[in-house]
Amino acid sequence: MTAPTTMIMRAMAAVRHGLRRENLIAAGLLVLALSAISGLALIAAFIFKEGVPIILKIGVGRFIFSSDWHPLEGEFGIFPMIVGSLWVTVGAMVIAVVFGLGCAVLLTQFCPKQLVSIIKPSIELLAGIPSVVYGFIGVVILVPFIRDWLGGPGLSVLASSIVLGVMTLPTVTSISVDALQAVPLPYREGSIALGATQWQTTHMVVLKAARSGIVAAVILGMGRAIGETMAVIMVAGNTLDLPHSILDPVRTLTSNIALEMGYAAGDHQKALFATGVTLFVIIMILNTIALLVSRRRGARARNR
Amino acid sequence: MRIAPKHTERAAVAIMWILASVMMGVLVFIIAYVLAHGLPHVTWTFLTASPESMGREGGILPMIVGTLWIIGLAVALAAPIGVATAVYLTEYTREGRLTDVIRFGSDCLAGIPSIIFGLFGLVLFGIMLGLGFSIISGALTVALMVLPTIIRTSEEAIRAVPRAYRDVSYGLGSTRWQMVTRVVLKSALPGIATGIVLAIGRTISETAALMFTAGSALGMPHSIFDSSRTLALHFYILALEGISMSKAYATAAVLVLAILVINLSAYALMRRFVARVV
Amino acid sequence: MKSFWAAAVLIIGLIVLSVALGRGSASAVNLVGSTSIQPFAEMLAQEFNREHPDCLVEVQGGGSTQGLRAVDNSMTDIGTCSRALKKEEEEDAAKNYRTVIIARDGLAIVTHPGNPVTNLTIDQIRQMFEGRGITNWRQVGGKDAPVRLITREEGSGTREAFMQKVMDKSRISGKALTQGSNGAVKELVKHDPCAIGYMSLGLVHGELNMVHVDGVAPTVAEVTAGRYPLVRPFLFVTKGPPGEKAQRFIDFILSPRGQAMLEREGLVTAR
Repeated sequence: MTAPTTMIMRAMAAVRHGLRRENLIAAGLLVLALSAISGLALIAAFIFKEGVPIILKIGVGRFIFSSDWHPLEGEFGIFPMIVGSLWVTVGAMVIAVVFGLGCAVLLTQFCPKQLVSIIKPSIELLAGIPSVVYGFIGVVILVPFIRDWLGGPGLSVLASSIVLGVMTLPTVTSISVDALQAVPLPYREGSIALGATQWQTTHMVVLKAARSGIVAAVILGMGRAIGETMAVIMVAGNTLDLPHSILDPVRTLTSNIALEMGYAAGDHQKALFATGVTLFVIIMILNTIALLVSRRRGARARNR
Repeated sequence: MRIAPKHTERAAVAIMWILASVMMGVLVFIIAYVLAHGLPHVTWTFLTASPESMGREGGILPMIVGTLWIIGLAVALAAPIGVATAVYLTEYTREGRLTDVIRFGSDCLAGIPSIIFGLFGLVLFGIMLGLGFSIISGALTVALMVLPTIIRTSEEAIRAVPRAYRDVSYGLGSTRWQMVTRVVLKSALPGIATGIVLAIGRTISETAALMFTAGSALGMPHSIFDSSRTLALHFYILALEGISMSKAYATAAVLVLAILVINLSAYALMRRFVARVV
Repeated sequence: MKSFWAAAVLIIGLIVLSVALGRGSASAVNLVGSTSIQPFAEMLAQEFNREHPDCLVEVQGGGSTQGLRAVDNSMTDIGTCSRALKKEEEEDAAKNYRTVIIARDGLAIVTHPGNPVTNLTIDQIRQMFEGRGITNWRQVGGKDAPVRLITREEGSGTREAFMQKVMDKSRISGKALTQGSNGAVKELVKHDPCAIGYMSLGLVHGELNMVHVDGVAPTVAEVTAGRYPLVRPFLFVTKGPPGEKAQRFIDFILSPRGQAMLEREGLVTAR
């Protein structure tokens, strides 16, 4: 055999050898990459397996709309909890959006660079504080304040909303900042060139352009708020009645699960899983909406 | 009467500054409050002793040990899988249905409430796999929880590595795997490390999921099959039950300090990461 | 890259090592169950561990019913339960429960230290907790303020005992604030002047007002004498007869020394 032929043959063997190993690696990585979604599927499967049968047994309508939660007597209506979660989340989002969006606009449009490097990490720090610490401060400071100055037991929708709002605001802020920064510079420059002030530019041009990103931020924030457990248990009061004012105590879906999980057996436990199913479904819907909304923005930006 | 735009602008900016200050104020207040009440009680004994009479006296050593174990195991499990996923998504496939599905799965996983992870962990790891209340059960659950974070940050970090690096590597004759491991991952390391540090931060604060998987035992764990209480859970129990306010604040102070350190290191790492990719 | 793999191997090695070592320590005696019993069990476990370092005892909470389920699933050696077993549970041969009463606990009706009301009948308490008959402290001789109810969550042994002894067939008002443990109830009542709740007598430690029930003072003496009406057993439950190590712990608790420790904390002896 001639030298060049040997060389070529060796080269080809090397390529084939390398390619086979590459394929193995790619396959291995794919398996690992699928772990995230298989983990999700596993979680969904378990929660649904434990929870769905009892929802069907009680009847979907009665489960969702009945206000009687007396597990030891076989009654499992979670309506007050759904309403409770809703009120608390809406309240929290009001706070999170007002403060979060305000900070996001400030950071991206009006804030000098040095201050940005102080404020931005601070917001991230706010996100890192454990929920139990927030709950504790809520119990020690917020609840007595509400009880003594505003009335009611202090443990209330208001307290929960404030605590949750502060906890959610970093999420809303950071996603809104991303959305605002993604608005193309020409939009702003054009507006200013036409004689608008910075603020006019912001609220008439930039905010409108970043709208879908901000909506995504709010929806993801809602998902976060609905899912929070520990802080809410400490400040919400966890009553079974429907709340009639923001000073009334309330029980959320998450608190329901956490409070009774340790004590539940048989049907009671399955009903708690069913509550988990409800939560899961709500959050999946919110997440999907958020992803669709942000993808549409992405698509629009790509089509430029 | 029409208000001049100049005035509305000033008003708007003023309001925003007020909002931002309130927010900063809340942050500073929370940290100061916890540290002020807690630091005086954080002594060397506190950090190295075990709790006595339910936490009324003694220290928090078992909680520190337990927390470290859970963090270590969770990261050891989630980091390789997360980085591998990120590598796969960026280097080994093209954008398409498959990547969309994987990303959707990851984003959804990120949105699931911690209590549901707790339920899931209890049923799968605790009961079905027979691990009971244990560190390993908690770590497996938390690993799933932080997986999306690691995937997302690793992906960003890998994407940020300049194309030129890859081209040069190929030009020198490397295989894709060699390019990924020896060039891309090395450059993306600070970014990946940031993701891991964020995951650690999330784990330290986690309570709801660990309550039902790692349990709430007070004693020093001797193996990963023992139950152990984390710092956050210990604080929750001490505070809510009124067992010992001073110890509760002290535990919280330790927690908050740990988080400050973690956030600062994440920030420092990010700075390095951004500086590299110029 | 090498360091990454080295680290991974190291971690896996550590895991394997702890598995090997861990199996040995899994011989600790596990207790799971009632949060009311937990503090006492932990105190006893600490004392027991000091004397018997070869036989470690691990105590957890989770709740009375969780304790029973853990026993069913063989997830624990001993389940602790702060209420009498229900008839179905006792008679279920498949579960094969063996129970040991380690102490008796009074159920205290607690109010804010500043609350002037000192005596209530069981009927009055029931009406208050129903949320209908009595809704203002004025009606039972107290200040003019709304009654704020604090209760435990469904499935709690303490709540079960309260339902059995006070509420009978009535339901607790949906307005009652629910807390997850005795300690949480205590904290809440301590700070709310209008609050009324129920909790384990042994855990009050003098920090709250305890109402006389039907004229009887809520003290350990009255509980022992059988005059205080609200009493419940603290049970240790095992699947079949307890294992050898579990039995040693149970013997310790039932010994005069163990019972004396419990008495010091406000419980009543098992006898």
